[in-house]
Amino acid sequence: MVKFEDVWLRYRHPARQGDAEAEALRGISFEIPDGGFRWLTGPSGAGKTSLLKLIYLAEHPVRGRIEILGTEAAKISRRDAALLRRRIGVVYQDFRLLPQLSAYDNVALPMRLARRNETQVHADVTEILRWVGLEARLNARPDELSGGEQQRIAIARAVVARPKLLVADEPTGNLDDDQAFRLMHLITALNQLGTTVVVATHNTELVKRYPAPRLDIEHGRLTHAD
Amino acid sequence: MRTEPRHRADYLGLREALGDRLLPVLVAAMSFLAALAMAGALASATLAARWQQDATAQLTIQVPQPQAPSADGKTPRLAAVLAALQAMPDVASPQEMSPQSVSALISPWLGADPAALGLALPGVISAHWTGATPPDALGPALAKLSPGTLVQTGALWAGRVAALTTSLQGCAAAVLIIVALVAAAVVAVATRSGLAQRRETVTLIYALGALDGDIAARFAARITLLTFAGAAAGAVLALPVLAWLAALAAPFAGPAQIADSYNLPPALLIALPGLPVVAAGIGWGTAQLTVRGWLRNLP
Repeated sequence: MVKFEDVWLRYRHPARQGDAEAEALRGISFEIPDGGFRWLTGPSGAGKTSLLKLIYLAEHPVRGRIEILGTEAAKISRRDAALLRRRIGVVYQDFRLLPQLSAYDNVALPMRLARRNETQVHADVTEILRWVGLEARLNARPDELSGGEQQRIAIARAVVARPKLLVADEPTGNLDDDQAFRLMHLITALNQLGTTVVVATHNTELVKRYPAPRLDIEHGRLTHAD
Repeated sequence: MRTEPRHRADYLGLREALGDRLLPVLVAAMSFLAALAMAGALASATLAARWQQDATAQLTIQVPQPQAPSADGKTPRLAAVLAALQAMPDVASPQEMSPQSVSALISPWLGADPAALGLALPGVISAHWTGATPPDALGPALAKLSPGTLVQTGALWAGRVAALTTSLQGCAAAVLIIVALVAAAVVAVATRSGLAQRRETVTLIYALGALDGDIAARFAARITLLTFAGAAAGAVLALPVLAWLAALAAPFAGPAQIADSYNLPPALLIALPGLPVVAAGIGWGTAQLTVRGWLRNLP
């Protein structure tokens, strides 16, 4: 379950202290049940990425209560927070692939951090790379891949460890329609297997094609929550 | 044809981020200085122990009016004192110094022929004290046979040598502490530089669920390797310099050491291999603290 209760987020702007515009999120409350799917929609700068950062524990709220996968975020130790992050798959808007690693090693990273054995790593990484259509590029470095290929590697990395919660920030932004729908198939398949999914997008076609409850955000406020 | 993945274990890319030669070179310099400081401390302690032993054991007995009758009135004072010393179990090899030797000894002050000045020179006996306790009772005992007899030991000089040795060892310890602190500072700077270079990578690994300890261990392993290698190089480079210094110091350490001029003290040969281990420990600990402190700034 993902639960937000009156959550506020403010980024540090030393030159603009006290300015209300420094607040990225204001009084956000919603709840996503285990295995739920939510589109997170809104214009650029509305606060979608900030909300996702709170979900994958990359930011602390200044106010409010956040519960992720049954754990209250403010009350866990650093170690437990790290272990919780391992149960969350994240697709970043800018991919964030490690340039010094091959596609294979990038995808394998979450499993190796979780100390899975190499036999299992090999089997799962090979399978997911085949699924995203990049089994022939496993030794390529990110700078040798196209934007679409990098995005598919980023998605493969997010889902390879079978996370309980998948958070994706514009995951189809660099993909053509075919690739985008193919990846949405993967995400919905994961969701049907029990993974809770939150996908931020402003691709209305995608939202229409995969109807699901929405969280609409504008100027840091939730304007609609199914 | 099936493509096999080529795995890279160094996923933080620390071989590049912490790959320059500056850290090992600086640690080698620190290790070199530490080796010299340790050698100085050990050498001063060894020489001081020897000098103290010699100084406190050496006895010089001055007998005024050596030919005057002793207290028993039968033998001259010098002969009586010499006989008494020969009978004492804690006194070894008492020998009367010839008048020529005494003249030569005091010639810097009284000229080549002190007898020409008409001064009454005392008889002088040299001996070695082998007793476990200081020879405090020796002077009064001899004075009963020959009034005015003086017994001198090197205790005063031994005390001064001991104070000097303590000072030298204190300086060496201070040098070692400063070297260790500078080495730790150098490692901290190198680690922070590596963190700055790999900021994006480290924050991503952290976001994927790496524990603070995992990330710190990666940095610490790399730093430990570099500091060990640097310190080992410094210790090896110090060896010829230490051997040269040992050869210079050999005449002060006695005949046995002159024969083996280039032999380093066993304690130093045991301590030198410990330098890379200590440096690696400083590197490991400093890297751990630096990385963990840096990670504390992440949410």
